[in-house]
Amino acid sequence: MSQDTAYIVMKNITKTFGKVIANDNVNFSVQKGEIHSLLGENGAGKSTLMNMLSGIYIPDSGSIFIRGEEVKFYSPKDSINAGIGMIHQHFKLVDTLSALENIIIGQKTGFFINKKSLENKIKEIISAFGLEVDLHKKVYDMSVGEKQNLEILKVLYRGAKILILDEPTAVLTPQETRKLFAIMRKMKEQGCAVIFISHKLNEVMEISDKITVLRKGKTVKTLNKSETNPQELTELMVGHPVDLSIKRLERQSSEVVLKVRNLRAVNEEGVEVLKGINFDLHAGEILSVAGIAGSGQKELCETIAGLYPVTSGEILFKEEDLVGKTPKEIISKGISMSFVPEDRLGMGLVAAMDIVDNILLKQYQTQKGLLLSRKPATAKAKEIIKKLDIQTPSIYHPIRDLSGGNIQKVLLGRELDTNPEVLITAYPVRGLDINTCYKIYDLLNEEKKKGVAILFIAEDLDSLIGLSDRIMVLSNGEVMGILDARKATKEEIGLMMLGEKIKETEGAYAV
Amino acid sequence: MLFKIVKRSEISKEKSICIRILAVLLALITSGIFILLLDLNPLEVYWAMVQGAFGSKYRIEQTIIKAIPLIITSLGIAVAFKMKFWNIGGEGQIIMGAFAASFFALRFPDLPRPLLLSLMIIAAVVAGGLWALIPAFFKAQFDTNETIVTLMLNYIALKWITYLQYGPWRDPAAQGFPKIPNFSENAILPDLLGVHIGWVIALALVFIMYIFMNHSKLGFEIAVLGESENTARYAGVNIKKTILLALAISGGLCGLTGMIEASAVCNTLSVEVTGGVGFTAIVTTWLGALSAPIILVVSFLFAALIQAGSFIQTAFGIPAAAAQILEGMILFFVLGSEFFVRYKLTKNGGFSLNLKKEVS
Repeated sequence: MSQDTAYIVMKNITKTFGKVIANDNVNFSVQKGEIHSLLGENGAGKSTLMNMLSGIYIPDSGSIFIRGEEVKFYSPKDSINAGIGMIHQHFKLVDTLSALENIIIGQKTGFFINKKSLENKIKEIISAFGLEVDLHKKVYDMSVGEKQNLEILKVLYRGAKILILDEPTAVLTPQETRKLFAIMRKMKEQGCAVIFISHKLNEVMEISDKITVLRKGKTVKTLNKSETNPQELTELMVGHPVDLSIKRLERQSSEVVLKVRNLRAVNEEGVEVLKGINFDLHAGEILSVAGIAGSGQKELCETIAGLYPVTSGEILFKEEDLVGKTPKEIISKGISMSFVPEDRLGMGLVAAMDIVDNILLKQYQTQKGLLLSRKPATAKAKEIIKKLDIQTPSIYHPIRDLSGGNIQKVLLGRELDTNPEVLITAYPVRGLDINTCYKIYDLLNEEKKKGVAILFIAEDLDSLIGLSDRIMVLSNGEVMGILDARKATKEEIGLMMLGEKIKETEGAYAV
Repeated sequence: MLFKIVKRSEISKEKSICIRILAVLLALITSGIFILLLDLNPLEVYWAMVQGAFGSKYRIEQTIIKAIPLIITSLGIAVAFKMKFWNIGGEGQIIMGAFAASFFALRFPDLPRPLLLSLMIIAAVVAGGLWALIPAFFKAQFDTNETIVTLMLNYIALKWITYLQYGPWRDPAAQGFPKIPNFSENAILPDLLGVHIGWVIALALVFIMYIFMNHSKLGFEIAVLGESENTARYAGVNIKKTILLALAISGGLCGLTGMIEASAVCNTLSVEVTGGVGFTAIVTTWLGALSAPIILVVSFLFAALIQAGSFIQTAFGIPAAAAQILEGMILFFVLGSEFFVRYKLTKNGGFSLNLKKEVS
């Protein structure tokens, strides 16, 4: 390793949290003008490592060198001063301020601000890197992609030469991703070093020069992109060979179980979030819902489950209208929703309770009398743990201490156990490692085989195309069209996500 | 900063007990310095405190009498707190309970004792419950801030009793002294083993509330709602109904405290009927971790501390304020130790110096 050309060298970094070793003797180095991907499953230690580079955590041992000189970061400020800028998954912008104001706040300037000269300086950066930012636009008017551009601009303005992008594509459409990659290439040309954190293999293969794979807190290997392939990377990531294909089972029945007609709903601010949704859901089919985050997916799920007020329209479950029914009544009809919102534990599970009580959550309503019986739930808990291979110290352990994948399995295990006729599942694989993802896809396929009608909301277009029978694309609360998953392409879905309607709207009812 | 506060990931039983013992020791040492400043011997004072709380049958009885309202009120508050409904209106609910009980005690003084006492208990529970339903209704319907509503309702209740005391309910036989007449013999709770029967009620309620919170459907729904309203809705819990029921129980228990205190301790209704229990119980509820059995223990120890404080006032002739400072200091350290059970300080090193070297 020639340290004189390496921009960043992280040497023998170890970081522990309590008993958990998040980084164990990790070595990592990035050269000037290089896009270096950090690949690994959830909990592999990618974010921990980068948080140490950006001064949020302090390593227990090991050293960091910037341009050959050892540095010690005790706060994000130190890291920014050393020319490192991190773009977090969750944007840190003030919604009510303009782009320009967001860039300026927190900067040491004189008592007065010379907006003109600052603006010119910022505009130079914008054109140098091909960013798309309107400096006078308020943040709340911006799309996710624009906000991300602004975040990048912010760190570049602060003089960052090393950029860390923490899963930047998770929230973008394929088109926006392509634009982001163009910007990253520009940065590379300008001599910046870019660190790209992701677990999407195809993106990593497309953009990086070098790839470092982490597994369970250790560096597995650093490879040149040109000398590797997705299959090898997956194996390094997971630790054993994995079959990357998703099975799609043939749909058997054509019975319509759930019919949604002209469904409309408004949110608390009075803005219409569902604008006349129409679709049919058949027994034994997986209907996927794609869309940019916040296009109405959450509201669609919640209206069906009776958790969100409907302004007009019908939700017909076997010809019976569900609109106006309470969640309790809907549950009793055999409609099950396993909903994983962004914070995972916000709905569906109670973080502070153990597995038994979380299973009890769906059982206690049917019990007689005033007192609870935990016996059936305890038996179920043991059964589900065994069946789905859930890792937990005991069934009496608060589920917030479990890993994301195990929490998800508890939720799905409980929902599938009720033998539903309709299963609504939102982001069931979000943030899970590859093995667990495939386990969950298998579970969904099993349910499909049993004839369960599945509404599957997801963000990863590859798995969405691979798993489902049909794909419904939402944009801004409207159905842009329903595609046959066997023929759909990512580009087509991406365009629809951005609001382009496909011509034949009768496709909504076609099989 | 030289130190950084870090959340503890886990803590062993021994270590947490260690921290708590250390806190009590520190409290004793700090208080000791304070006692030395008063020209007294700390060891003597501490021994007298133990003696004051547990030294004789009479003193133990006094400790128990002080513990009863704390236990029942804490149990009530715990129900609301479990739902993350911050009911700090215990004070007002106790007063309204005492008021309703007094109404029957003063209106029907000659009813047979069991009947009159039963009526008083029912009236107190209903009144306390209704008083708590006011903030519950506004919370359920309009999502108002329950902290402010419950707090303000305390003052309304208090002023209502003041009005009665100076106005319509004033005892004409009290020679112009503004007080409400004493209850008849039939309206006073009987003693059992030297202490009024409230202790039996308190113990029974500890058991009942333990079952209620851990093994009843409503208790489970309250706990789920407290953790996440979305999850509760998702599981089919009727949110509004649960809020109202929980607060009716919470306020009802506080109201019961009011009846017991008015009947057995004050023998009448007055603005002093609560003795500040509605607020003190917030502390014991937290220290009791919202769990009925722990609340029992904590309330008893807390009552002992209050009893000990009032004993040393007379025994050493120190002012009431000084005794309260001692109580306060001990409490401060015990509460402070809870922080260290959850968080720890880690050394950060003089980094600001290092930094300059490295960046330049």
